[in-house]
Amino acid sequence: MSTSLQQGLAAMIDKIDAPIASFFNSCVHCGMCADACLFYTETGDPKYTPIHKLEPLRKVWYREFTLEGRLLKMFGLAKAPTDAELVEWETLIYDSCTLCGRCSMVCPVGNDIVYMVRKVREGMVASGHAPAGLKEATVRSIEIGSPMGVTADTLRAQIKHAAKDTGLDIPLDKAGVDYLLLMSSAEIMQFPEFMGAAAQIFHQAGVSWTLSSTAYEATNSGMQIGSSELAAVLVKRIVDAAEKLKVKTVISPECGHAYTALRWEGPNLVGRPFTFKVKHILEVLDELRAEGKLRTEGLETERMTFHDPCQLVRRGGVHDQPRNLLRMVAPDYVEMEDAGNMNWCCGGGGGVSANERAEPLRIKVFSRKKKQLDKIGVSAMVTACSNCRNMLEEGLEHNHMDIKVLSLTELIAEHLAK
Amino acid sequence: MSDDKTLAETLAQRGISRRSFLKFCASIASLMAMPPAMAVEMAEKLAAARRQSVVYLSFQECTGCLESLTRSHSPKLEDLIFDAISLDYQETLVACAGHFAEHILKEAIEKNDGKFILMVDGSIPLKDGGIYSTIAGRTNLDILEWVAPHAAAVIAVGSCAAFGGIPKANPNPTGAVAVSDIIKDKPIINVPGCPPIPVVITGVIAHYLTMGTIPDLDELGRPKVFFGDSIHDRCYRRPFYDQGKFAKSFDDEGARNGWCLFELGCKGPTTHNACATTKWNGGVSFPIESGHGCLGCSEPDFWDAGSFYTALSAPTKDVANWAAIGVAAGAAIGVAAGIANRSTKTETKRTRKPLTVDDLKGKPKS
Amino acid sequence: MNIFDILQWARGTGLQIAVVIFSVGVLIRLLEMWMLNRKPDLAEPRASGTLGGWRTVFTRSAPSMVLMKKAGLLLVSGYIFHLGFFIVLFFFAPHIRLFHNMFGVSWPALPNGIIEIITILSIGALFALLAHRIMNPVQRFLSTFQDYFVWLASLLPLLTGYLLLHTSDFSYSQMLTAHLLSVELLLVIFPFTKLMHAFTTFFSRWYTGAMAARKGVTV
Ligand code: SF4
Ligand code: SF4
Ligand code: SF4
Repeated sequence: MSTSLQQGLAAMIDKIDAPIASFFNSCVHCGMCADACLFYTETGDPKYTPIHKLEPLRKVWYREFTLEGRLLKMFGLAKAPTDAELVEWETLIYDSCTLCGRCSMVCPVGNDIVYMVRKVREGMVASGHAPAGLKEATVRSIEIGSPMGVTADTLRAQIKHAAKDTGLDIPLDKAGVDYLLLMSSAEIMQFPEFMGAAAQIFHQAGVSWTLSSTAYEATNSGMQIGSSELAAVLVKRIVDAAEKLKVKTVISPECGHAYTALRWEGPNLVGRPFTFKVKHILEVLDELRAEGKLRTEGLETERMTFHDPCQLVRRGGVHDQPRNLLRMVAPDYVEMEDAGNMNWCCGGGGGVSANERAEPLRIKVFSRKKKQLDKIGVSAMVTACSNCRNMLEEGLEHNHMDIKVLSLTELIAEHLAK
Repeated sequence: MSDDKTLAETLAQRGISRRSFLKFCASIASLMAMPPAMAVEMAEKLAAARRQSVVYLSFQECTGCLESLTRSHSPKLEDLIFDAISLDYQETLVACAGHFAEHILKEAIEKNDGKFILMVDGSIPLKDGGIYSTIAGRTNLDILEWVAPHAAAVIAVGSCAAFGGIPKANPNPTGAVAVSDIIKDKPIINVPGCPPIPVVITGVIAHYLTMGTIPDLDELGRPKVFFGDSIHDRCYRRPFYDQGKFAKSFDDEGARNGWCLFELGCKGPTTHNACATTKWNGGVSFPIESGHGCLGCSEPDFWDAGSFYTALSAPTKDVANWAAIGVAAGAAIGVAAGIANRSTKTETKRTRKPLTVDDLKGKPKS
Repeated sequence: MNIFDILQWARGTGLQIAVVIFSVGVLIRLLEMWMLNRKPDLAEPRASGTLGGWRTVFTRSAPSMVLMKKAGLLLVSGYIFHLGFFIVLFFFAPHIRLFHNMFGVSWPALPNGIIEIITILSIGALFALLAHRIMNPVQRFLSTFQDYFVWLASLLPLLTGYLLLHTSDFSYSQMLTAHLLSVELLLVIFPFTKLMHAFTTFFSRWYTGAMAARKGVTV
């Protein structure tokens, strides 16, 4: 089979559920969601209004699932979205939405708009209208094992390096341990210090852990492109490895969407509850801290702030943990305006970073982060998502801003008490 | 019987002073919102006028209107008007009966052809050939269609003649209609009320006698001077309405304090009549002053406008049960629609092919 | 057919028709929505979704401080209109009579003077909302015929209701008829327009709140 308009509409029909019907019934066209979305605030273009991005889905809902819509359809008056419309909406759905979920926080009638964006993507990808970059990343994830083409061999090479750097044993495929640590390809390729940092922390805390040669990649391009079927394939790999190795907990690394994909969507994608727990690395670190197993020394003297990765904080519920941890080493860190659940997206979430076409827009909307940063004047920004890290670094460089971007896990590892 | 004496002469004959006649004119003038100077002019014109011939026909009615007009417990100024007109025929009042009475009617019509005023009370039954009300074997319709063409103008006295009134109330067994439903080519002045206020009738006649024209009428054919304001506009309990102070029953605190009767079903806001200003029984009182809400008797179909004791804002028909039926019907249709929605979903799910990685490689087909 | 006939129709048959269309329509809309179901969430929750849902039903009524800065006029007018409409609908004595007559329950009313002020405020708020809809680029972009129609249909009952208290230029019967007909129009279009949000907003909030609460997020 191949993708087609018909398949796209069928996918939308398949995904429309009671909440979506309720959301469309409720929208009063107040436009407040626009003020929450950085793509609107930074461009001033009303077409970026979040609810407008859902127009194809609304048409399908109205035509298929309301009595008037059905009647009008019989007389040819309720039209389905056309292929041309989907082409037009492709950029709205993939390039100008990072699935950040800020819009869902402000809608007065309580619509979870981003929940719907996620579902529209199901239809877009099934109709063939997904960005090339995301398609390629998804193909690589399924066929090679990682969106960046990282193989198990690359992983082994990195393990060797990290083991040498830290002088610690980095276990691979070790069964019966407490934790299975996943990585994101960015962490394997661009931020290799992460693996060593984790190894040091686990060593100090004395917990047993392992990496897996079949499930090392935590990111999920299938979810970003919007295909539940493909996302499930990727989740399944992790589930299989975790169950084979009989670990108690799988750790999602410093990546926002990977956490959402595994922790919140995962069991629903594979259709059964997990037999293990899924935790973000910061959740694990904060637990260790609370148990007294994570001890640091020395404090940062720089003026720092924390950037909330959307999928981790607003859409993931890991809000306090990063702050508890950061306070251990930088008690005087400052919060940006709108910090926490209302923080602004880096501009590259939800697959936007894998979509070259979206780059100019993404760089443009970084102006929002810039405004936030200009207000507090910091020299370092800590975060807990390697995608955010990449995006922030790119945006800062583009704006000639001299601010370091740090990984919270790595920062903690640097301060581990000897 | 009409004679050639002027009103002034007649009054003088009966020993009525000019002073009390002027007083009568002044009261009519003020009622009709004329400037006080008009009273004198009116008195002069009235005094000089020849006595106007009036034919009064009674159809399907209760004689309440005539009672209202004639039965006052003490002589009132408006009785004077009877001296200004020559009531040439009135079935109830006419001294003779039978063929003599019929003859008088015929004579009155012939003598003042095109000049007399026709007053009608009662509605006209049309069903079954109009047999429900006949006089000397002739139906009301027949009589009306015979007399009216000869009249100068028609005054429909009371709500039955004006709007059909109680005979027309649901289910209207006699097919009763108003005068204006039958007579189309004569000026008709509606003076509704059940019964109408006597001074309003005399006022209308006085106006005709002095001005020679019929007064300004509203869209229901009622003289605006008497029916322009609603009872509510002129009600002395109005301040309580505005403050939201309502009697909730006929013997509660609010009722004793004289609060507004809206919640007890007062129809004052939608009723146009002069009760609140002229009052009844020689200005003694009117229903609201006596503690009962207005019934709305001067409005069309007042008998069918819901209970007298239901507030105007409440529906006149059963809405709650219809709402319940609506909910039940909506639930049934809604469940059916819901089932249809589900089958759309299952059917789509069944026929739709899951996306595979190969789908991401090719070009889309449209 | 004179104004009195139309008034009687509006107080009786018209109201019956409107109420039936309203209740049938709303029920259909709700059922076709509910019966679409949602899949059970298999992810292990951090907190009770049900409780979180209820919390959001209420908390979303509080003004979003983040937006207060950006859309203050819109928010304030929105509150005045919604609260005003609610108060006038449920606390004006003649309205309470209507509910009492239909359902047999009644409650204390507010003085007409206060109702009048609230009505004026609500009408003012509606005009502010219209101005915002026309002037704000996003709202203008989003707005369809329905948005303006619903605006008008919401204004008419308030306007005719206000004029009903000031009968000097219009007859009470005419205004009462206009008022009833405008209310009936509102009832009739209700299930087929965004007016449905008066019901569905609570479900939307509940769904959103529940999904977030399971993740440990308060929205
Ligand atoms: S999820 Fe974020 S980026 Fe997407 S529409 Fe909502 S606010 Fe905009
Ligand atoms: S904020 Fe909510 S109600 Fe307002 S336009 Fe957006 S989705 Fe619609
Ligand atoms: S008693 Fe009747 S007429 Fe008088 S103010 Fe109240 S409602 Fe109006």
